[in-house]
Amino acid sequence: MDIKVRLFATLRENRGKEVNLEMKETALPRDIIEKLDISEPEVAILLVNGRDGKLDQELSDGDVVSIFPPVGGG
Amino acid sequence: MYGYRGKILRINLTDHSYKMEDLDHELALKYIGGRGLGSKFMADEVDPSVEPFDPANKVMIVTGPLTGTPTPAGGRYMVVTKSPLTGTIASSNSGGYWGSELKFAGYDMLILEGKSPKPVNLFIEDEKVEFRDASHLWGKIVSETTAKLAEEAPDKAKILCIGPAGEKLSKIAAVMNDINRAAGRSGVGAVVGSKNLKAIVVKGSSKPAIADSEKLKEVVKLSRGKLKDNGVTGQGLPTYGTAVLVNIINEGGVFPTNNFQKTYFEKAENISGEHLAENFLIKRESCFACPIACGRYAKADDIEGGGPEYETIWAFGAACGVDDMKAVIKANFWSNEMGLDTISAGVTVATAMELYQRGMIKDSDIEDGLSLKWGDANSMVEWTKKMGLREGLVGDKMAEGAYRLAEHFGMPEVAMTVKKQELPAYDPRGIKGQGLQYATSNRGGCHVRGYMISPEILGLPQKLDRFAIDGKAEWVKIFQDLTAYIDSTGLCLFTSFAIDAQGYADLTNAVCGTNFSDADILEAGDRIWNLERDYNLKAGIDPSQDTLPKRLLKDPIPEGPSKDHVTQLEDMLPKYYEIRGWSEDGIPKPETLEKLGV
Repeated sequence: MDIKVRLFATLRENRGKEVNLEMKETALPRDIIEKLDISEPEVAILLVNGRDGKLDQELSDGDVVSIFPPVGGG
Repeated sequence: MYGYRGKILRINLTDHSYKMEDLDHELALKYIGGRGLGSKFMADEVDPSVEPFDPANKVMIVTGPLTGTPTPAGGRYMVVTKSPLTGTIASSNSGGYWGSELKFAGYDMLILEGKSPKPVNLFIEDEKVEFRDASHLWGKIVSETTAKLAEEAPDKAKILCIGPAGEKLSKIAAVMNDINRAAGRSGVGAVVGSKNLKAIVVKGSSKPAIADSEKLKEVVKLSRGKLKDNGVTGQGLPTYGTAVLVNIINEGGVFPTNNFQKTYFEKAENISGEHLAENFLIKRESCFACPIACGRYAKADDIEGGGPEYETIWAFGAACGVDDMKAVIKANFWSNEMGLDTISAGVTVATAMELYQRGMIKDSDIEDGLSLKWGDANSMVEWTKKMGLREGLVGDKMAEGAYRLAEHFGMPEVAMTVKKQELPAYDPRGIKGQGLQYATSNRGGCHVRGYMISPEILGLPQKLDRFAIDGKAEWVKIFQDLTAYIDSTGLCLFTSFAIDAQGYADLTNAVCGTNFSDADILEAGDRIWNLERDYNLKAGIDPSQDTLPKRLLKDPIPEGPSKDHVTQLEDMLPKYYEIRGWSEDGIPKPETLEKLGV
């Protein structure tokens, strides 16, 4: 299945802003960060289709996964 | 007296006299300083029914016991007065180097009273206090005012001033210091302007005494370590500043666009923190004793200056449908030069754009070939200037803020305000606790009275479901109380991403020689919150104003990840009143006030 991964802040370094991945049917966000060489502590905010996501949730074809390192302010 | 300097400088602007008074130590420890102590002096000295521009209104400029000490990010001061924008008590906070310098001059607070017969500047160098004519500076923008004052000021003096917006009594005018730091919100700059005071120059030569220097070294090291290790304060804010939030908030579909008519901005990348850092950032800036250094300094064409911050980028960007970062940098620059609050200014332009969209502002109302079309970046910059100078019909009305602008043009419901203050950059329909916080904020629409974005979006100190209702009233109360305490210490609120209530107690205890527990910290915050509430009620701000614009209560988010949500305020407000110890009608119960000693 196809997953669109959107990366932000320092996670863009050497990876770009957006990556389209072809994953196996049972893929989890955990598999995506492994594939992109992102360590777990680097994932501060994980969104699946804009909603709070978990590293172990099942993804579906066409999902958009957004990953942010620890950032914030206001 | 440790931490505090023990002195108040009371300035009578009417007859250009002053006196120094002793600070009541017991009272200080009860209300801490900054926002709390300033509010206490307002409650004791200024009738809540006073008109904000009446000379009987006062301006309290207050540091905290930790301002000007080695505590991390301890450089803040507060401007406390009755707001011309909201009619509530206002306390606006600023960083930079002015607050610590006031402390070095030997004062915990200044009380500005009366009204000068003509424009005047105040020069303070330790015990020397002078009133000097400001006629030559009246009408000057902030950088020019600051540069001219620096010529006649002692070396390394710090300068606070208002811009043309404050002079012209714009209800969204800020008090500026160090050129581009702002006590921005609630129109505090206009109250200073109403007193014909242009600037306060301050230079000091001594430091506050510390109760336990060895202990302080230890707790400062510990808290600096926490700030460094925390991903937000150690990496995110230093690298990208606050602007990094643009993409986070937009991805969650809660990034108010076109004046909250949409919540996702397709062109957000063009105004993101990443884009700013890559293309426009010249350097980082830091405030007094701050290890975070979140401040930005950016350049666009021939304009350069401090900022822009996340809120500013949003207000002049997505709120107006503008995706041109250069224009945002320029509007931010002019906002600072005019001495306008960037949130209120941007939202007011957005409100004008919606009024135009709905035919309430007509082409015939607009001068100088400008437009009020969504996304017109160049016009947006020009409107900022016109607002600051009150030029033209629309510019003049804009200077009154979004609510009064919309009211004038016959459609007040398009003003995205709470208690007539413009809302900031998070759509509360998809962040429920933040909605409750906006509705109950003691200074009207504001995100930094209890930053629920931290748990609901960023996951700090823990992740909450942003769409859930349960438990949000309790979280909002704790965040509001802790914030009221931090705002009273002289520390920057951003330290709270890494430091908890016990950490603040440890810092306060080492500086002041107190023995506060984390519970004491929250109780002091609760006391301050109730004092402000009590003042507002007496000022005629009744609890029916604990609400949000109808759009946020009734119109579901039309699209994206937060689709179909509204702010379920009625499901959270009763619980909030209950845990605050207030009646069902939102009035603090006598026993609550008594318990807190208000």
